[in-house]
Amino acid sequence: MRFPLSWLREYVDLPAVTAHEVADKLTAAGLKLESIESVGYDIKNVVVGEVLSIEELTGFKKPIRYCSVEVGEAAPRWVICGATNFAVGDRVAVALPGAVLPGGFEVGSRKTYGHVSDGMICSARELGVGDDHDGILILPAGTHLGADVVELLGLRDDVIELEVTPDRGYALSIRGVAREAAAAFGVPWRDPADVEPPAFTEESHPASIADPSACDRFVLRAVSGFDPSAETPMWMQVRLVRAGMRPVSLAVDVTNYVMLELGQPLHAFDRSRLTGPITVRRAEPGETLETLDHVVRELNPEDILITDESGAISMAGTMGGLETEISDASSDLVIEAAHFSASGVARMSRRHNLISEASRRFERGVDRELPLYASWRAVQLLVAFGGGAADAGVTDVSIDVEPATITIPADHPDRVAGVTYGRETVVRRLEQVGCTVTGPVDADGREGSEGASYPADVLDGPSGAVGLLTVTPPSWRPDLTDPNDLAEEVIRLEGYEKLPSVLPAAPAGAGLTEAQRLRRRVGRALAAAGYVETLAYPFLGVRDLDDLQLAADDARRRATRLANPLSEDEPLMRTTLLPGLLKTLVRNVGRGFGDVALFETGLVYRPEPGAPEKAPVLGVERRPAEEELATITAALPRQPLRLAVVLAGERDRSGWWGQGRQASWADAVEAARTVAREAGVELSISADRHAPWHPGRCAALHLGETLVGHAGELHPRVVEAYGLPPRTCAMELELSVLEDALPGPVQAVPVSAYPVATQDVALIVPADVRVADVEAALREGAGELLESIRLFDVYTGAQAGEGNKSLAYTLRFRAADRTLTVEETTAARDAAVALASERTGARLRGA
Amino acid sequence: MSNTYDPVEVTPLHADEVARMEAEAIAAINAAADLDELKQVRLAHSGDRSPIALANREIGALPPQARAEAGKRIGGARKAIGEALAARQAVLTAERDERVLVEETVDVTLPWDRAPRGARHPLTTLQERIADAFVAMGYEVAEGPELEGEWFNFDALNIAPDHPARSEHDTFFVGSVDSGMVLRTQTSPVQIRALLSRELPVYVVSPGKVFRTDELDATHTPVFHQVEGLAVDEGLTMAHLKGTLDRFAEVMFGKGIDTRFRPNYFPFTEPSAEMDLRCFVCRGASAVPGNPPCRTCKSEGWIEWGGCGMVNPRVLVACGVDPGRYSGFAFGMGVERTLMFRNNAEDMRDMVEGDVRFTLPFGMEV
Repeated sequence: MRFPLSWLREYVDLPAVTAHEVADKLTAAGLKLESIESVGYDIKNVVVGEVLSIEELTGFKKPIRYCSVEVGEAAPRWVICGATNFAVGDRVAVALPGAVLPGGFEVGSRKTYGHVSDGMICSARELGVGDDHDGILILPAGTHLGADVVELLGLRDDVIELEVTPDRGYALSIRGVAREAAAAFGVPWRDPADVEPPAFTEESHPASIADPSACDRFVLRAVSGFDPSAETPMWMQVRLVRAGMRPVSLAVDVTNYVMLELGQPLHAFDRSRLTGPITVRRAEPGETLETLDHVVRELNPEDILITDESGAISMAGTMGGLETEISDASSDLVIEAAHFSASGVARMSRRHNLISEASRRFERGVDRELPLYASWRAVQLLVAFGGGAADAGVTDVSIDVEPATITIPADHPDRVAGVTYGRETVVRRLEQVGCTVTGPVDADGREGSEGASYPADVLDGPSGAVGLLTVTPPSWRPDLTDPNDLAEEVIRLEGYEKLPSVLPAAPAGAGLTEAQRLRRRVGRALAAAGYVETLAYPFLGVRDLDDLQLAADDARRRATRLANPLSEDEPLMRTTLLPGLLKTLVRNVGRGFGDVALFETGLVYRPEPGAPEKAPVLGVERRPAEEELATITAALPRQPLRLAVVLAGERDRSGWWGQGRQASWADAVEAARTVAREAGVELSISADRHAPWHPGRCAALHLGETLVGHAGELHPRVVEAYGLPPRTCAMELELSVLEDALPGPVQAVPVSAYPVATQDVALIVPADVRVADVEAALREGAGELLESIRLFDVYTGAQAGEGNKSLAYTLRFRAADRTLTVEETTAARDAAVALASERTGARLRGA
Repeated sequence: MSNTYDPVEVTPLHADEVARMEAEAIAAINAAADLDELKQVRLAHSGDRSPIALANREIGALPPQARAEAGKRIGGARKAIGEALAARQAVLTAERDERVLVEETVDVTLPWDRAPRGARHPLTTLQERIADAFVAMGYEVAEGPELEGEWFNFDALNIAPDHPARSEHDTFFVGSVDSGMVLRTQTSPVQIRALLSRELPVYVVSPGKVFRTDELDATHTPVFHQVEGLAVDEGLTMAHLKGTLDRFAEVMFGKGIDTRFRPNYFPFTEPSAEMDLRCFVCRGASAVPGNPPCRTCKSEGWIEWGGCGMVNPRVLVACGVDPGRYSGFAFGMGVERTLMFRNNAEDMRDMVEGDVRFTLPFGMEV
C-alpha cells in the first residue's frame, strides 16, 4: 500500500510528527514500512503563469514555440517551449531561472533555437507527478498568477509504502491505514466511507446474483450525461501518481481513487453497451471473454462472471471485458461495487495469471458493507468533476450472511501474551478495531454465539470467573474468526514491544541423537583429512546421469521430476551426490585450484517403482489416522542421507621437501574408511564394476552383507564428459545405513603390560590374488595372539617370479597374561602362513 | 679379609705415585678435545683398569694400620679425577651443543603446506551451533523430509489451497502441480511431524534445507536453509516466545544485540510476529532522515531475521493436540541471513558455489 502522507492526514488528526514517526507506529501495529520517499522538497521557484503570446518558430525538426508568459512580475518572461498542447490564455507552471526541478535539475536562462529562453514551461512529468505526459501541464483558469506551484498542487509530500500481510485486506486503503494510525496515536479520525448515501427506493440497473457462493453483495449505481472529456482534477492525479497509479481518464481515475481511499474495487461499464439485466454467475463450459488487455480468455466453469444477456462482460473482481469498457465517448456509466468470494477471486486470478489491484483486494478480503458507500462516493466524484447527474436509484442485491461471533474468556489475550491487560483494556482495544463486544456473559449466555469459540471445557473452567466476551468482528475484518485472532488485535495494539521476555523452563532434553552426533563427527573427520565441504543444489539433468555413464536400467536414472524446475536442463531431483560435487570440483579447478578435495552430505531422492503418483491432501479438522498418514509416506520418495567425496590433483603437495603424491583411488577408499571409523564400524572392501568408476579401480563398500557405496578412480569417459582433471577420484556411500548400524558405546580393551613379539613374513602370491583375502587369512590363521598386522611392501618383479607378487607383512604378537616365547610366536606365524597358503596359494618368499 | 699381608710395601700406594697418577689423569682429561676423546680418557684414567682403580684394589693388601691413610690418599685422587672429568664433560658438552646449534640450524620460515587443508561449510556448522543453543535450553533436534507432502507443508499448517500465502511461497511442485507433493518451502512441516510423532510437551528445533523458485542472485537462492523451532506445552505465552528468541539472538550475535518484535502474519501462528535485528552496519542511523542511506537494511534501521508466533490452535487440532490444554510457540529463522549478519558474508552466491576460498577460512566451527 502506497500513499502520500497528506492523504492520510486528511482523515486522521495526526500530531506534528515526521513521516518516519508515522511509519514507525504503523510498523509497530503490523503495517510494516517498506519505504518512505520524500517528494517535491527539492522543487523550487516554479510559479503559475499565463500564456500571453505564442510565436511558432519554423526551420527546426520539430515544432518550437517562443512564448511570452505573465508570472506576476514587472514584465513577462520569454520562454522557448517544445510542446503544443497549450493556447494563449492558459495557466501554466513556469520554472523561473534559478528554479530546481525533481532530481536536482536546475533551470537557467539560456540561449536556444535562436532566442534567450528565460525559464521553462513545465509538463506534469517535469514536476514529478506523472510519467507519460508529453504535453504541458495546464492549470485551472483563474489560478493566482505567480503562485507557488508546489504549494498549489501539494507536490511536497512524503510517500509511504507499507507492506500489507495477506490477512489484512482492509489496510489496502486510506480508510484502513487511517483507522490504524488513529489507534496508534490515540487520536480521532474520520471514516472516509461515512458519505451518507440517500435512501433510494428505485433500482438502478437490474441485476441478480445467480450463485450466492460467488458473490454475496452486488451494488450498481448509474450516472447519466457525464462529460467523457472532463479532466481529472490535478490534486486527484497527483494522489494517484503518488499512490503508484497512472491517471487515465476521469471515470477510470475516480474508480481507482475510491478504491485507494476506501478499499472497495469498482468497475465502470458503459451503459449503452449493456444488454439487459446483469447476472453474477459462474462461467459456462466453453465460454470466453475478451478482457481489457485484448486477451481472449477461455473461462473455467469455476470462474465468477458478471454477465448480461449478451454473455460475459467482466471477470468478477479481476478484470473487465473489452466490449463494455468505458471509452472516451461514454456519457452514461454504470458503477459496480460488489463483494465477491475471496477464494473464488483468488483461484480465478491464479488460473488466468491475472493479478490486478482489484483481485489483490478481493483475495485478501473486502468489507461487504462497503459497496453501497463506495459506489455513492464514486458517483459523487464523477458528477462533481464530470457533470451529468446521479440516477435516483440504486441496485443493492444482498445475500444474507449471519455475522460471525467469537466467544472468549475476557482474559484470553492475557493468557496468550503472558501479560495482564485486564478486561477493560481488552474490550477497549477490540472496539477500537471495530468489533462489537458484549458481555459479561455467564455460562448459559453463550448459547447464542455463532462461529468459532473457545473450547467448551475452557469456557466451563476457572476462566468463567473473569467473564466471557462475545465479540462480533466488523465487516471489514473477515480475518477475525478465532479467539487467537482477537488476542492478536489486543496484543498488537497494546504493543508487541511491551511484551516481557521470559525464558520458559523446558523439560530436560536428551541432547543430540547418535545419528546427529555421527554426522558432525564425520564432517569434522573429513575436514581434518583435507576435504572441503560443499552444498550443491540437489537438481540434476538427464545429461548429468548420461555423463556418469549410467546404464539405461541403472536405478539412479529413476529420479523424481519437478513440475516447474528453475531450469529445463535440471528438472530432476538428485539420486546421487556426485554430479553436484563434480561440477563444483570443475568450478574450483577452473578458478585455479587444481589440488582439490571436496565432500558433501545430503539427501538423495529415490522414488520407489510403483509408488503412487499422488499423495493425498488430508483434512485438517482432526489428527489423521496412521493409515492416512501412511498414504502420504507411500507416495514420497525414499530420502536417504548420503555422503560423497571427490578429489583431484595432488593429495600430498610437492614442495621444497620433495615430490608430492597424486590423489588416487586409495584416497577415495580411505575416505570411506574414515567415515566408517567415525561410525565405529568396519567396511569390507571388494573389487566391483560400477559406473561412474573405472572398472579396474572401483571398490564396493560393504557393511556386513549390505552394500553401502563405492569408491575409486572415475572412468576416463566420465572424466572427459565432466571436464575433470585426469584420474579424478570419488567415493559415495549411504550414511543412513551406517546411522542404523551404530554399534553403541566403544568397549574398552585391556592394555597388556607384556612385551610385543614381532615377526616379518614375505609371501609370494599370484598377481591376481587380492590383498584383502591374504590379510584375512593371515589374521584368522595367526589366532588371538596376533595384535596387529601391517603390509609394509608390495613387490612385483623378477625375484617374485613371473605372474606373482610379493607381499611383506609385519605381524605383532602379544598375550594379555605372559611374555610369549619364540616358539609360541613362530607357531602362530606358521599357522598364519599356512592358512594364507591354503586359501590364496601364498608361499613364503625364499621357501 | 686375609690376616696375612704383603710385607713388601705396595709401590702404587706411595704418595708421590698417587699424585703422579692423579696429575696424569687430570692432564689427559684437560687435553681431551671432544666428548669422544673424553670417553676414552675416562676409560683410561678412571675405568676399571685404570692405574688408580688398580691401586685402589691394593689397599686391601696393606696392614690395617696403613689402610686408612692409603685409602684416604687414593680416595682423594679419585675424587679429584672425578671432578675433573665432570668439569671437562660439562665444558665439552657445552661446546658440542653450541656447535650443533650452529651446524643444525634450519630456516624455520620455510613453508610447510604439505597436507591439504579442509573445512566444513559455514552453513552446516552454523546450523549445528544453532542446534546447540537450543539443546542447551532443553530442546531436541527434529528432522523431516525435504520432498514433502503438500498436506504437511501447507494444509496442516492452516494454509488452505486458496490462501494468498500459498501463492507467495513460490513452490516447487513434484511430478505435477496436483501431485500433493512439493519441495518443502519452509521447515515448518517438521512442526507437524514432531507433533504427530512425539509425546507432549514438545520442544524441538529443526535446521534444514528449504526450496523456493527464486533465481540465484546476491540475496536470493532457490535452495536455502531455515531453522525451525517449536515448543508446545501447558501455559506457554508470547512472553516465553520473546524470551526464547532474545536468548537465541544473544547466543548468535552476542550480548547487547538489539531486537524488535513486530506484528506480522503467518497462517500457522496466531498471534504472529517478526523478529527484527538492529542493522549491524548502520546501527539504525540510516533510518534517521538526513543520514547517509544504508544498503544492508535499506535505511530501515532494522533487518528481518525471521518469523514467529503462537502456534495457531488450528494447527494443534490438525495434529490431534488439545488446544484447550496446550499452547505453543514456533519460529523460523533464515540460516543464510544469520550467516550474513553474524559473519559478514555478503553474497549468497558465495554460499552455494562451493568455492574453497569461501569455505576454508571457516574451518571446523563458525
